This record gives sequence, C-alpha cells and structure tokens, in this order.
Amino acid sequence: MTIPKRKFDSLVIGAGGGGLRAALQLAKGDAKVAVVSKVFPTRSHTVAAQGGVNAALANVLPDNWHWHMYDTIKGSDYLADQDAVEYMCRAASHLVYELEHSGVPFSRLDNGKIYQRPFGGQSQDFGGAQAARTCAAADRTGHAILHSLYQQNIQAKTHFFDEFYAIDLIKDEEGFVLGALVLEIETGLPLIIEAKTTLLATGGVGRIYRTNTNAQINTGDGMGMALRAGIPMQDMEFFQFHPTGIAGKGMLITEGVRGEGGYLVNKDGERFMERYAPNAKDLASRDVVSRSIYQEVKEGRGCGPDGDHVLLKLDHLGADVIKSRLPGIRDMARTFKNIDPIEESIPVYPTVHYTMGGIPTNRFGQVVVPTHYAGEEPIAGLYAVGECACVSVHGANRLGGNSLLDIVVFGRSAGNHILDFLKSNRYHRQINQESVDTAVERLHRWDDTSEGESVDVLRADLQREMEDHCGVFRTEEILREGVEKIRAIKARLPNARLSDHSKIFNTARIEALELENLVEIALATVHSAYARTESRGAHSRVDHPDRDDKNWMKHSLYFMEDERLDYKPVRTKPLTVDSFPPKARVY
Amino acid sequence: MKFSIYRYNPETDEKPYMKDYEVDVTDDMKVLGALKLIKEQDPTLSYRSSCGEGVCGSDGMNINGTNRLGCITAISDLGDSVTINPLPGMPVIRDLVVDLSQFYHQYRSVKPYLIAHDQNTEIEHLQSPEERAKIDGLYECILCACCSTSCPSFWWNPDKFRGPAALLQAARFIHDSRDDATAERLSELEGPYRLFRCHTIMNCTNVCPKGLNPSKAIGDIKKLMVKHII
Repeated sequence: MTIPKRKFDSLVIGAGGGGLRAALQLAKGDAKVAVVSKVFPTRSHTVAAQGGVNAALANVLPDNWHWHMYDTIKGSDYLADQDAVEYMCRAASHLVYELEHSGVPFSRLDNGKIYQRPFGGQSQDFGGAQAARTCAAADRTGHAILHSLYQQNIQAKTHFFDEFYAIDLIKDEEGFVLGALVLEIETGLPLIIEAKTTLLATGGVGRIYRTNTNAQINTGDGMGMALRAGIPMQDMEFFQFHPTGIAGKGMLITEGVRGEGGYLVNKDGERFMERYAPNAKDLASRDVVSRSIYQEVKEGRGCGPDGDHVLLKLDHLGADVIKSRLPGIRDMARTFKNIDPIEESIPVYPTVHYTMGGIPTNRFGQVVVPTHYAGEEPIAGLYAVGECACVSVHGANRLGGNSLLDIVVFGRSAGNHILDFLKSNRYHRQINQESVDTAVERLHRWDDTSEGESVDVLRADLQREMEDHCGVFRTEEILREGVEKIRAIKARLPNARLSDHSKIFNTARIEALELENLVEIALATVHSAYARTESRGAHSRVDHPDRDDKNWMKHSLYFMEDERLDYKPVRTKPLTVDSFPPKARVY
Repeated sequence: MKFSIYRYNPETDEKPYMKDYEVDVTDDMKVLGALKLIKEQDPTLSYRSSCGEGVCGSDGMNINGTNRLGCITAISDLGDSVTINPLPGMPVIRDLVVDLSQFYHQYRSVKPYLIAHDQNTEIEHLQSPEERAKIDGLYECILCACCSTSCPSFWWNPDKFRGPAALLQAARFIHDSRDDATAERLSELEGPYRLFRCHTIMNCTNVCPKGLNPSKAIGDIKKLMVKHII
C-alpha cells in the first residue's frame, strides 16, 4: 500500500496553547504550516487551565520580572535552568499584552487594566510580601487563551489536520527529523506529513496515574514518539500534585481560590497551613501545600467520615466575588459534589496535575541531546514546547500561573527559531524509508486478530501501580518494586490485542496506541525517581528527606534503550543577571 | 440500569440500530462514566470525550431527547432508563460521533477573532469592568454544538444559517469594546438566512450546558442590525 504524502514547511503536533502559539508565529512569518491534533483544537487541555498566566505587569501591586524570576527559581527548588527562566520572565509582560491584543477577554480592574490575582509562591522584592502577578479571565483563563489563539490561527490561515493521531517521527539518513506518520481517525488511513521542521506540543502525561486533573487525551504521545526516536526524557521524576483536586474525583479547583482569599482547614476547623508555611500560608508553593495536606490526613486530622481529605473554605469571600471571579469552579463543585461554594467548603485532596519533566530542549524550543564528547546538541529539525517539553523553567516544582506563560513564551520562541531554520534549509530532504516502515509497523501491530489481553485492563493496572509506587511520598523499597511492576506491565504489552479492528473512527485503536506511550513514560518516571536519592520539589523521598545540592543539582535523562539514565548539569548562569544560588526553601 | 444507544458503523452496518446495555450505575455517576463502562463491555462503541468536566465540549450528545454533555449530565436526573443518540441533524460518522464540519464552517464564517485597528502592543487596551461585563455570557462557549444541532432552522439550512453557536461568537466580538469591526460584522450577517433564519424557538438556550443564552444574543444582534440598516 502506498501511503499518501503531504508536504509543508513546518509540522506542529498538538493544538494546545504551545502548538497554536508556535503555529501562529509560523503562519504570520509566511511559512506553510500544518497543525495535527487528535482532537479539534479547542478541545486541547489548555482549555481546562483556570487561574491565570503570570506576568509582572504590576497592575495591582508593585512587581518586576526579576522578582518573578527569583520566585520561579525558588519554586523550582533550584532545578530550573536560569537562562530559560530569565528569558521567560522577561518576555512575560509583552506576551500577555500580545494575548490581550489577540482578543483574550481578561477580567479588568476599575482603571481598565488587566486584572491580576495573587498566586502561590509569588513575592515582591525577592521573598518579601505577597505579589499579585497572575493575569486572569475569571477562572477560565486557559479557555480564553486557547480559543483566542485558535481564532488567531483561523485568521492567519493555518492548515489544520483535526482528529489526526501522530504515530511516529520520520527522519532521514543523517538524523534530520522530517515530519511524521499520522493516522486520520475518521477514516483509519495513514498519511505521511513531510516537513522541514517538526514541533512536538502534545502536552503532559498525567494519565499514567489513576486519579489526576488531566483530560483523557493527556497520554504523552509526543514524549513517546521522542523516546522511540532515541531522545531521552528529562526530569520525569517530578510530577506535580495539585493541592486542590476535588476529593475522590480529581477535577481541578484553581489555586485562584486561595489567591482570592480562600484557605484550607482540617477537621478541627484549623487553618493548618499557618503551621507549615507561616508567611505564605495557603499560598506556599504547590509541593509544600500538597505535602502538608497529606500530613494532616496522615495524622488523623482529615475531614469527612473517612478522614481522607481537607476542606477548601471560600464561603467567606461572598457571593459576588465567587460569581465574578470563580464562576467555573462553582459550577464544578455543584456538578461533581452537589455543593455550592457560596455556602459550603469544597472537599479537596492532592491530585496528579502537571508533568515538570519532558523532552529536553533549549530556550529556542530545539530538542537537545547529549553528545559523545561533552555538552549537548540540537537535533536538526525537531522542536518541542509546553508541557511535553523540559526547557527547564519549572525544575522540580512549577509555580501556578507559569504553565500558560511557558506555552506562549516558548511557542513563540520556537516559531521564531523555526523561521530562521527554514531560511537556511529551503528544500525538503529525502526521507528514509526505513523510518516510515518502522512507524507503519507500530500501527499494523494492532491489526493482529489473535486473542490477547485487553488494553483497558492493562492501562488500569499501569495507573494503579503508578499511584501505589510513585506517589507523593517515595522510598527506595517502594520505587524498586515500582520499577519491577512497570517492567512487568511493559512485558505484557506485546500480548495486548484489539477486539475491534474496524477503520472508521475506531477510538479503541487510538487508546491502544496511547497506552504504548503511557507505559514507556511510566517506566521513565519510576526509573528516574528510584535513582534520585534526595528530596527536591515534588520528588519527596522519605528515606532521603533533604535536598542534596552537592550530588543532585542536576537533570535526569532517561533513555528508552537499555532503560539507561544519564545526567546533565543545571544551567545556573542566567542571560544577564546574577545567578540565584540554592538556599534553604522556606515559605 | 438500561442504556439504549444508537449504533452505526458504516463498514459493517447497513443501517443504524439501537442497542441496549445493562450498566451498574452509582449515585454520583455521569453519563460519560456509564459510557466508559459500556465501552469496556463492548469496545466497538465510539464516542468523543476528553476533559470529563464540561470545559472541552467534546461529548455533546442527545440524551433522553435533549442535547447535553455526557460528562456533566447526572444519571440520577434521567429517570429509569437512558436513551442516547448522536447530536441531531448532522451526518453520523459512527455511533455517537457526528461530522461537525458545517458547524465549524459557520463558526469560522463569522470571523471569530478580534479586529482592532489601533494597536499599541506595548500596553493592554483599556476596558472598564462594565465594558468587559458585556461579553460575559458570550465568551464562555465551548463549541460543543449542543445548541446549533438542536435548532430546527439549522437543521434545514446548515449551509446558509450561521446557527446559534456561530451567532453567539459574532455577538461576542460585536459587544467587545476593543473590536472595531461592528459594521463589517453586521453587514456580513445581512440577508434572509445567516442571521434572520432564527425564529426564536429558543431550543439553543434551553440546551446550552454552560447556561449561555444564544437566543438573546441573536435578538440583540437583530436589534443592532435594524439600526445598522436604517
């Protein structure tokens, strides 16, 4: 069978904020750009972001980008690369103004400027009083940004392949990445999209866990493609647990609730964060607040008949604030808990939320890999941005409001770099048939009609093992067992079979392909977590409770081949300002 | 509990049929949760879904005669049995998955993007809270298509009538104090079909899972249109 081909200058895989911001830059730069997305663009998970996007606009309280940089590095527990953080924080204000000009319906202050609310881990003057840096469109900021970016792309005439699923990257003999094999979900037919550059913007992978705030589509497809192409995953041991998922359900309740003045209480009605973080209290960074909630529950101060959660109190904010600033989470609480937060507190518990790790890149979005001699080198033609990438601006713990910023800042910077790359790489290169054949084989493997294990069972087992063996608190013993459990699941994968082999809109086939990605990334995660014998940010080792800067101020790199780990240093030198050296992290 | 679900796979079925499934439901389960259990029994069932919390707009479907989102529709509100059909009036691709090309086409046709002539990008446009409040109830649309596919006018003329979702978007930009293209937007909606096919049946408003009011938005555009034409 001959697979049809389409040719573009640039291919973007994923239509969340990162992919769409990059595509916009490319389309406006007159590149012929194709965006492939397994869902219609506005269904991408950026749509679910609530609280806002950080930028030191100083519309409410004094602020500047340098304070934002300090907070981000401190929040990252000093694992973020300081050049990338400086770049992001300096770009933030411009990018937010640009979003506003693209039509994002930000909430407003009385003077007509963009509304900003306080968020976790934000300070004035390098660790001083609370800052208010998060630009918000009520509690639907992700929706507002994603729809506006899609709308801008309609205007810019970006070419969309909606409901196409990316199978694998295609390369040439020299290792240039030249596009991807994709599958049209509606017809079940493969298509080769040839491009001079390929950008992965496929989002995070919270779906390796059972309870999470992520959409069903967050299955790490780009990370899986990268791993299979021999590219390592960076810092996968760092998964953010959001302190306030709806207890037992997982839906996100924005940190903006605490930014607006809400706070957490235990069964005694005590505002317990005052004990754990005397200054920042409920607005300490997320890893700190999540661990505090665990501690309260573990020590018997949890709420409810089973004492298994805490309460997020916001009824004192009043109906007006809740209706105007937090309408989305009010709907959510009413829909999923039958609770109106105007009157009652919301039961919450830490829930898997954000993938700090991912495909290693530099601040231009170029995917970088270690070289044989020293340092690292970009892979020609391959880029990654957003949650699937690791720049790293979030290090060991991301600050709330920095993910929407990350995607627009690095989406744009990758777009600009790609435009430069296209100037010096004017013509399509010859693709290597072998790389096409390998990708096709991955697809055809699921045509096997013999008996085997179900994809659903395998995925459920994987998610349960990850929850049991790679949760908030980790030990050597549990992680060692986790590595074996996930390996055992990987060993079962070749025996998994589809029972439905139809072509047309076969979602079971897509879920099978997604499962392959989930398994590889779960393995990367437990391996990286097992190896890191310190506690830093979201990675909390009970058997190694302290941060160990001497041995561990470095990024993990996991390679699929031989399940091998390597490391690279943190880039502690910013672009222009002085480094922020690691110090004890108190809130 | 009994679920009766519309099934059609063009590869194997000559025509659509309803298939019954028995599902053990829990008190707080939503329709999407039941569909997942049904898919475990019968992996050949196809439907769209993603965020599971009513913000991505993937799982619009017709549940007991009303267009709703599967993920936020409580089974306990649905009575003794549940019948699920694809969104009405659109070509069915398979089972509960419909072809929304015309819906998206109409959305794109209203130029759903801000058109502002004076651009000083070094700072934001100033917009008072009152001006901003004018687009509340308009910008929150999730493009789930529940409204347009419940509208008889859209069923008859999906190629000519913009439909409630697209017109809600038109209103979102017309009422945005930052947008400079109101006259252009209104001119584009002139004629007997694009806007004026709306006969205020109000199905759109009754079904909107986000509680928005496309019917009122359309009425407001019609009023502006009268001024615009005169």
